Amino acid sequence: MPGILVIAEARRGELRDVSFELIGAALQLKPQAGGPLSVAIIDGEPATHAAALGSDGVDEVLAVRSPVGEFEPHVAQRAVEELIAQEHPSVVLALHSIDALGFAPAVAAAGALGFASDVIALRWEGGPVATRGAYGDKLSAEYDFPGKDCTLLLLRVGIFEPAAPGSGGAAVREVEIDGLTDAARTEHLDYREVQETDVDITKADFLLSIGRGVEDKDNIERFEELAEKLGATLSVSRPLVDAGWMPSARQVGQSGKTVKPRVYLAMGISGAVQHLAGMRAAETIIAVNTDPEAPIFGVAHYGAVKDMFELADELEQALS
Amino acid sequence: MKIIVPVKEVAALDDEFELADDGSGVDPDSVEWDLNEWDTFSLEAAMQIRESGGEGEVVAISVGDEPAEEGLRSALARGADRAIRIWDDALAEADALAVARALAAAIEPESPDLVLCGVQSSDAVNSATGIALAGYLGLPHVAVVKKIELDGGSATVERELEGGLVELVRVGLPALLTIQTGINEPRYATLRAIKQAREKPLEVRSLADLGLDAGAVQAATGSHRRRLAHPEKGEGAQMLDGSTAEVAAKIAEIVKERVG
Repeated sequence: MPGILVIAEARRGELRDVSFELIGAALQLKPQAGGPLSVAIIDGEPATHAAALGSDGVDEVLAVRSPVGEFEPHVAQRAVEELIAQEHPSVVLALHSIDALGFAPAVAAAGALGFASDVIALRWEGGPVATRGAYGDKLSAEYDFPGKDCTLLLLRVGIFEPAAPGSGGAAVREVEIDGLTDAARTEHLDYREVQETDVDITKADFLLSIGRGVEDKDNIERFEELAEKLGATLSVSRPLVDAGWMPSARQVGQSGKTVKPRVYLAMGISGAVQHLAGMRAAETIIAVNTDPEAPIFGVAHYGAVKDMFELADELEQALS
Repeated sequence: MKIIVPVKEVAALDDEFELADDGSGVDPDSVEWDLNEWDTFSLEAAMQIRESGGEGEVVAISVGDEPAEEGLRSALARGADRAIRIWDDALAEADALAVARALAAAIEPESPDLVLCGVQSSDAVNSATGIALAGYLGLPHVAVVKKIELDGGSATVERELEGGLVELVRVGLPALLTIQTGINEPRYATLRAIKQAREKPLEVRSLADLGLDAGAVQAATGSHRRRLAHPEKGEGAQMLDGSTAEVAAKIAEIVKERVG
């Protein structure tokens, strides 16, 4: 039986909105791939999310009760393997998210499924055809999945148009999974928020954001001064936090903050996927990088191939 | 404690790279190779665990052709005790699942206490090899770890979630963890260590040595690459040309107009 199975996500009792991007992508695929379109939610209280997941065009919501309250990768793995065995979908869509990355590749390995992660475009040519980045997004690559009855695809967050939540019209089925009660192999202890500082980069109208191009901890002060002169708030990309040069409260990106300033001036940031996820919604993005092929130019509104230090000098001049 | 660290020699394209007209690949001269950044962190994590325990072994392992041996030498120079390189022409087009299949066949007989993988490689960015490997090995696993505390037979780890949230999780050993950048400060290899690394054992294994064949690799392979292309840039950025001073003036103007 063909069909599409979507694996939605919840965390700390809340449905994750990005789940609707999966449903949106599935609805695009459905006319050619064929139905039914089923949306599964694996959670301690799956029924609480079921109504919203029944977007228009969803044929059925599959509610799987997890024996543990929080996400647990081995429970998710067992549940998805069993859902695939029961429902026989030709395509399974999950997110390229931290949770799904914790179990989906193991599902694909165990089932010898077709598999691609970080998928940025999807279409149907007798089977799924997926586009993903190559060489750190400098190129893109197209994949198909010959000989595979079932293909599991992890979709990049923030790319696919989300479906509108449903209002309880779709059918909901509770699914029992054998062996789920003792599937867990890790134990949830606690959640912790990243330490807050006095600066909230999500509130700034104008962010000056610097990345690996700054090269040395001693150079950061220059850009702190420049930010002050520009009336901007300084934010950074991940490598500067990893190096211990800047606090994580200043980090823009998937594991840091998502920002939507009026202007985002990125200097010395190449634009890794995880960074772009945190800033692509800025109203105006200006990118300065010495590498003309840097992926950040793909999302920026204005770009300049310049040395960030020389440009910093000239910007100060221009303002004085 | 025996710790296995799978590593990858990754490709980066230089500014002048050329893509073949049929999309089959890029000009090899425009590719620069280096040890995957994530793997320097997983390797450092392994070294720190071994050093704090006072004994044990760190084994670096990689799937790659002979030039890719550089990555393993680099791992040995950073402190790994020995290395294993798996290669067979049948692995030339291997995807993350096929690589995991080959790694699993080599790692299983080692019976490690821990397997530490990088979260992802900087070139392919699948973020899949480690957890697929855990699946093949049947090991409990935790992905995207930014802190590890070992306590007898278990590890308490921090998972880095989206939006600055961290989850504390306990997992029993043996286990496989995928390691995120920033978990530690990877050491540099000294010249002396680089020299010594040449004397450390590096085994090369074929698929046959691992009890696998081309058919097993093919069966595990999850995807087939049709072609490479230049990405659709959407509208892309409007490039600001001119001298640095002119560009700075334009940027200042845009900022003034948009921010006020």
